[in-house]
Formats: sequence, C-alpha cells, structure tokens
Amino acid sequence: MTHAAATVDQMLPPYPAERGLDVYNKKLGMWVFLASEVMFFAALIGTYVILRFGATGEWAKPGIVLNIKITAFNTFLLICSSVSMVKAYAAIQDGDPKKMRFWLLMTILGGATFVGIQVYEYIHLIEHGFVPSGVREGSELATLVANGTLPAATMGLYGSTFFTMTGFHGFHVTCGVISMTYLYFTKALPGKYSKQDYGGIETVGLYWHFVDLVWIILFTIVYLI
Amino acid sequence: MHWWLPAKASTFTGPIDGLFLAILIITGIAFVLVEVGLIWFILKYRARPGRKAFYTHGNTRAEVIWTTIPAVTMVALGLISNHYWVQIKGRNSIPPNAYPIGIHAKQFEWQVTYPGADGTLGTRDDFTVRNQLHLPVGRPIVVLLSSEDVIHSFYVPQFRVRQDVVPGMDIKAWFQATVPGTYELGCSQLCGLGHYRMRAQVFVQTQEDYDAWMKQAAQEASQ
Amino acid sequence: MTTVAATAHGAPAHHDDRSFVRKYIFSTDHKIIGIQFLFVSLFFLLMGGLLAMQMRWQLGFPGKPMPGGGILPETMAPGGVILPEYYIQLVTMHGTFMVFFAIMPLLVGVFANFLIPLKIGTHDMAFPRINMWSFWTFLIGGLVMLSSLFVPDGAARAGWTMYAPLSARHDYSGASLGQELWSVSIIFVGLSSILGSLNYITTIINNRAPGMTWFRMPLSIWSLFITAILGLLALPVLSGAAIMLLFDQIIGTHFFDPAVGGQALLWQHLFWFFGHPEVYILILPAMGMVSDIISNGSRKPIFGYRSMVFAIVAIAFLGWIVWGHHMFVSGMNPTLGSSFMVSTLIIAVPSAVKTFNWMGTMWRGNLRFHVPMLHAVAFVAMFVIGGLSGIFMAATPVDMFIHDTYFIVAHLHYVLFGGSLFALFGAITYWYPKMFGRMMSEPWGKVHFWLTFIFYNCTFFPMHITGMAGEMRRLYDPNQYAFLQPLQPIRMFISISAFLLFATQVIFFVNFWWSLWKGKKAPQNPWEDNGLEWSLPSPAPHGNWEKVPTVYRGPYEFSSPQVAEDYLPQYTKLPTDREPARAPVAGH
Repeated sequence: MTHAAATVDQMLPPYPAERGLDVYNKKLGMWVFLASEVMFFAALIGTYVILRFGATGEWAKPGIVLNIKITAFNTFLLICSSVSMVKAYAAIQDGDPKKMRFWLLMTILGGATFVGIQVYEYIHLIEHGFVPSGVREGSELATLVANGTLPAATMGLYGSTFFTMTGFHGFHVTCGVISMTYLYFTKALPGKYSKQDYGGIETVGLYWHFVDLVWIILFTIVYLI
Repeated sequence: MHWWLPAKASTFTGPIDGLFLAILIITGIAFVLVEVGLIWFILKYRARPGRKAFYTHGNTRAEVIWTTIPAVTMVALGLISNHYWVQIKGRNSIPPNAYPIGIHAKQFEWQVTYPGADGTLGTRDDFTVRNQLHLPVGRPIVVLLSSEDVIHSFYVPQFRVRQDVVPGMDIKAWFQATVPGTYELGCSQLCGLGHYRMRAQVFVQTQEDYDAWMKQAAQEASQ
Repeated sequence: MTTVAATAHGAPAHHDDRSFVRKYIFSTDHKIIGIQFLFVSLFFLLMGGLLAMQMRWQLGFPGKPMPGGGILPETMAPGGVILPEYYIQLVTMHGTFMVFFAIMPLLVGVFANFLIPLKIGTHDMAFPRINMWSFWTFLIGGLVMLSSLFVPDGAARAGWTMYAPLSARHDYSGASLGQELWSVSIIFVGLSSILGSLNYITTIINNRAPGMTWFRMPLSIWSLFITAILGLLALPVLSGAAIMLLFDQIIGTHFFDPAVGGQALLWQHLFWFFGHPEVYILILPAMGMVSDIISNGSRKPIFGYRSMVFAIVAIAFLGWIVWGHHMFVSGMNPTLGSSFMVSTLIIAVPSAVKTFNWMGTMWRGNLRFHVPMLHAVAFVAMFVIGGLSGIFMAATPVDMFIHDTYFIVAHLHYVLFGGSLFALFGAITYWYPKMFGRMMSEPWGKVHFWLTFIFYNCTFFPMHITGMAGEMRRLYDPNQYAFLQPLQPIRMFISISAFLLFATQVIFFVNFWWSLWKGKKAPQNPWEDNGLEWSLPSPAPHGNWEKVPTVYRGPYEFSSPQVAEDYLPQYTKLPTDREPARAPVAGH
C-alpha cells in the first residue's frame, strides 16, 4: 500500500489538491511525454528537410527505391488500427469490456502487422542494395546509380535520413505494440478495465494516435514527395 | 605582461576595441552598482536582535525602472553593434577591389594560395605556400577559406579577425592590415590532435616588399 | 498581532515496512531518488574536478611530469607528462562530466526530486516508478561515460560540444569506441531527463496541496517547473543529434560529413538548439533556490515575486531563440547573426531584473549570514560578473574577437561555478537537515565558503585577461604562439589557484560525509523557514504527510506584522485565515 495515489478515482485529477488541469495524471503525463516525442521527431524530420532541400544535387525520384504500393497499404493499415483503437476506447467508455478487448486485439494485430511489413521492406531494400550509408557497391541499385536513374551525390543522404526516420518510427510502433500487449494480458483480459476505470486504454490510445500521425507525415514527405 | 587587448594592426581594431571599451564601461558601472550595493547591504542590514525586517513585497515603479534602463541600453548596444557587424561580416561587406588570397586549412597546416603576378586567383600563375601568409599593408584583403577535413578557424588576434573554416563551404572573410610587421595566424577551433600547433606566420609588408617577395616566391614555387 | 504558539507539524506517515532494497536501492520514494542523484552526482563532480586538475597541470607547468601521473598509461602520459591526445580528452570529458553528470543532475535530479513533492504538499511524484527509472538511466549513462575513459584509443576528444565532422570520423579525431560511447551515454542522459521532466511537470500541475495556488509556489519550484519544460523539449533534440552522430560513426550515415554530402553546420544548429536551453536548465533552478535562501536569510519577503516569476518564464522562452550566438563566426548567414544578437541582448534584461530583485530583498532586511546565505549572496555577486561578461559576447563584432578564447571560458565558469555551484553548496547545506536529519558543520561550512570564494576568483577572473589577450581555448600548449608566451605567469597563477580551489573542496566533502553520522541532530525547522517541508520531521518520512497540508499564504511571509516571530509558515493557520475553496472537480 503506498501513498502515491491520493486520488480516490483513477480517472480524475488527484484529490485533495489545488486545481490543476482537470485531467487525471496518467493522461496529463502522456501529453507531456508526447511533447518530448514531437521534439525528437522534429529533430529527425528537420534534419531531413535541411539535408534534402539544402543538397546541391538532385534527390532520388519517388518510387524508384521505395515501394509506394506496399507502404500505402501499410499506411492504411496503421490508420485502421487507430480506428480500432478508438472503437476499443468507445467500447469501454460504454462499459463493454468484451468489445473493448476485441478492438484492442485488432489494434495490436494491426500494429504488429505494420511492423512486420516494415521489417520485410527493410530486408528487401537492403538486399537490393539500399543501406543507411546509401547504395551498396555492386548491388542492383548501384546499377541504377551508374546509369543515372538515381543521383549518386545524394543517395548517401537519402539512405541516412530514410533509415533513421522510419527506423525510429518503427521502434516507437513496436514499443506501442508491446505496451498494448502487456495491458491486454495484465489488465484487459482479467477484466480490470471498466466504465469507471479505463485510463490505461485512453493513455495508450493517445500514444498510438501520435505514432500514427507521425507516420502519415513521414509517408508523405519521404515516400510521396 | 600583457593586460589588455592585443596590438592594433587592422582597420577593425577601431570599431571592435571601441565597442569593447564602451561595453566595459557600461558593464563596469553595473558591476560597481551591484557589488558595492551588496557590500553596503551586507554591512548595513546585518541582523540585530529585537529588530524585524521591513515588510514589503516589492515596488512596481522600481521594477519598471530597472527593466527599462537595461532594455534601452541593450537596444542601443544592439543597434551600434549591428552597424559594425554589417560592415565587417555582412553579405556585401567585402570591398570590390579586395586582394584575394586562398587559404585551405587542413589538419594541421594552412595552405596559402597566392594569385601571382596577375592578381587573380584561379589562374595559372597562382602558387601555394605552407604556413606563411604574406600580406600587403593598407589595402583590403579577402581570404577565400576552405577546409580539407574538419572545421578550423582563421584567427589573427592583432587584426581582430576570426572566421570558422568549414568543410563543404567556401567562406570569404575580409580585413585590411594597417601596420607592417610579423604576426601569427592561429587555428581557433579544436580540430584534432595537432590543433595547438596549427600556426602560420603572417608578414604584413609594404606593397614594394610584398611585390618583391611575390616575384621570388613565385619563382621558387615554379621550380 | 497574534502569537503563534507552536508551528503545526505534519502528522508523520504510517509505519514503513519495505525491505532494505526497496527502501534504499530500488526506491520509488522521491526523497531517496533525490539522495541517490546527490551521491552519484557528487562523485561525478569530483571526477570532473580531477580532470580539470590535470588540464591545469599541463597549462601551468607544460611538459613537466605530473605528480601521480605515473598511474596513467604510456599512451596518454608517458612518465607522467601529458600528451596532446590526452589533453584534449581531458578538455572534452571535463566539460561533459560537469555539464551532464554533475551540475544538471545536482540541480534537477537532486532538487526537483527532493523538493517538489515536499514544497507543493503531496506524498510523492505523480509517477514514482518512472521516477526511479530516471535515476537508473542516469546512472547507466554515467557509467557508460566513465567507461569511455578506459577503452582502447581513449575517450571522446572533440570538446564537450562534439563538433562534426571531427567527432564523426575516427580518422579525424583518433578516438573510436570512446567517441561512440559518448553518444550512447548521452542518449541515456536524455532519456533520464525526459522521464524526470514528465514527473516534475505533471506533479506540479496536478498535485499541489489545497491552497497552493500557482502564485503561492516558492520560486525554487517555479524555476524547477520551467526548467522541466525546457528539459522536456530540449533533451530530445540532443538525443536525436547524438543518435545521428552515432550512426555517422558506426553505420556509415552521412548526416554531418560534408565529404559525403552531409552538413557540418547541421550538428552545430542541432546541438546549440538543445545547448542554449540547456544552459538555462543549468542556472534557473539555482536562481530559484537562491531566491528561497535569500528571502530566508534576509527575513524578508522576496522583492517583486511576480516579476521574478515572469523573469523566469521570459528567460526560458527567449532561451529558445538565441542559440545562434554560439555560431556568430561559424559560417552561418551573417543576417541570422544579427537576429540572434538581438534576442541575446534582450535575454540579459530578465536576468538583470532578477539581480535587482535579490538586492531589493536584502535591502532593509535583517540579514542572517548562515552558510546557505553566504553562498546565495556570493551567487548574486558572481552571477552578475558572468552575466555582464555575456554582454561582450552578445555584441557580434566583439564576439568575433573573443569567441573561442578564454574570455568565454571565464564567462561560462562564472555562471556555472560562481553561479550554479555556489548555489548548490548553499542548497545542499540548506536542505541537508531535511534529507538526513542532521546539520552540516557551520564553522567548517564558513571556512569552505571563504576559501572557495577566494581561490575561485583567483582561478577564473584572470581568464578574462588571457582571453582578451587572444588566448584560444582547448590549446594543449599555448606557448607555441609567441603572442601567448608572455601569459605563462598568468597561466601558472591560475593553475596554482585551481589546485588550491580543488583542495578546499575536501573540506566540503568531509563536512558532508562526516555530518551524515556525526552532525548535530537537526531540529524540524532549523532555518525558521516557511516552506511546507519544514512542517515535517528531519529527516522527512516516507510518504511525507499522512494527510496533505493546507496552504494559507505565500512562501515568503517573513517579518510579517501578523505574528510576533519573524517568519510565518505557509501551513500555519491563523484565526483570520479561511480555508481555501474546494477545487471544483466533477466527482469530488
């Protein structure tokens, strides 16, 4: 038994306390944490923008190195998993834990599949010669550089920025999947969430939507433009 | 023992040293006010038994005064500083007739390329010398800085001139030497093991001496 | 005028039946975590000092064998004579340890953790387990950084600012694994900071005791709150930069190496975008705690409390838009230089306002010169020098001359040592009784203070002079330059002063450790202060209060006409006080 939680109710701000933001601590904490994540991705994405638009040479045209079709499907999948997350949240808000568990599971599966497809893509890219340092010598893509389809001068930057941004995004998605799985088995399945107490779902949901939003930005500026 | 700024040997020393002195006076006044004030309060308001401090939470007029005076001072300082900054480093600050010298920095030496008899860099009579910067006195010089490897920094204290030399960038810096003599060029950005000895000699010469040296050095270089 | 009979003491928390490991090792108690940060950071402060002593040996007595230098490896100091490759490691690691593993954790890791729940009136942080993780990630980062001194090829050596491409390529710097470990360590430090900030921000927003309105919070807490926001938003950028640097070093990416398309200046922009808010992280908590101590020592309310809060917020806000002043001569567009100059000059104003308000607090006070007050007043006196020297740098034409010289080294040490470290000595002494239940020795505290003050100024003031003479930073052997040879007597003077300064710190360390066991047992409120923490026994118990206190007034009600004593705690209820309005939250 600890004194850590002065709150009587998990989904209300601490009590007794002076009025802060009328939001319970877990949720406030997640918003604060997401602010730091915004800065982290801003550093990576900002670097990409500076390196790409400050580069003296041409940048590779979209779709030559990266597979837009598969990634577009993956994007759709991630968006769907955000929708299923919302459905899980709505379900428990209405007091239906069974439905919440179903949609939470769908979200986990969607997220895991997204990661799986990303890993498959990475392996594919590396096999074809696209690596963080650019284009591997003697690979398929090296031929494209040699015949001018891909610009030699900026492939190093392309590889560096692509793998760093999408890699860290993938890492964040993976952490999200692990967190949701953990909550599923330790809280959702044993029926610990209810209409009065579903803060964990809401909090992890916020994280999941953030991760989805970052992906939409990445997909646009890395794959499509 | 040297207690002050280095000897003045360029046209920049006027504004820079002047600004330095002005700031020294302003900050000196603030320094004396604060330190003397603190000492005075320490002595005058020492605790005495049976006495209570003066119970007040502040004074808005005081706040306004001691916010406004520093703010106005800073704005004035900014305007004056920017005036000289634009002259020294601005995009259009380089005098059009400035004499060009190429300086390529590498771990741990300065490779100086002179324009040769035609006075233009990038022509066939250019020649390169290591760690020796000869300059004609009394005319604007523009150094074209480039780096082989890491960031270095071109620094001649008596000219008050400093400019980082960045790999991947071609940077120009200008100055005008005013006093003939021998000076030192130092690297002023940690560039590795040999940073401390990345030193070149600077010879500021009259135009005649410079031309004579140029002729001889060009001959030596072509051999 | 009423007399308050006895200060109300908070009812102590329930009997604590945790195991030794849960209580002291893997503790989630914010006070224990703060103390853990204290012990580890003091160790790194000592490490940073030892590295500096070696630097000063080389500078004061160049080429001579260092006493005790025999224990160093032949590759670094054969026969005890420091080599250039070792010297630049010393420079780099001194800065790194002092900034990331000493000053920042001492100010934030220790005092944010220890003070926040106590001074705002709650049982612990909002997320105690995450808080515990913030300590362990910090420790891991520190151990990784320490290990980098012992790996083949030695530690990182591109300065604590790690400019690329020197830092990105082993063939340029000569360091390999050590350089990479630096990046890895910094990633852990970033994580620790973010986890900590998460707690500090959430707890301060949501867990304040009834009656503890925003404008009744002590300035120490305001500054820790604003610092936490700075840390939350700045450290991720450093982590991102460190990751990119690590990738350049080990997987061949091209972020910062122009030879393969990267941009050298990109590192500087990322680093300083973090780095400037970082230096405000390193000063704001010190300013906040100094405010608390000066008000207490003057027995007088802080002068201009609201202005002080606005000044903290202004400094933090402006701190985001001045980073380019580290890059005036970097090759950055000079027009950008102009705009950074403007913001940099403006940021001097709130610091000036704070200085005048501290003086205003002492004016017509009833000054008690206990050891913390000595340090707090010295803070004001020294910080002013550091702040004023900053104005020279803000003026871009002057900066062109003094950038990367000892003038900068003087400035940064006046604000970080003369400022932050003096504030820390004061703060550690001040809250020691609440941490450990004992008092540090007052006479030895005074001896330590005076000797430190004298030797500190002897060490760092002359650096303004050598900087003005043009002496560059990070030079293994300034005597290579004819124009710097005449300064050798000053360098020697600085070194000897530095050795004496370091030796003096033994007094503090012995006082600190000895007092843990043998110090006078501390009363509940030894400084006759008003904060909520003084309503608890010394040391404060696990869980702090059984029931959180109620707050009736601001934290600086000294010499109030309402009571006979010259202090009036926040938690004391006078007959004229009303209960605070209940927070109108749905469900309560």
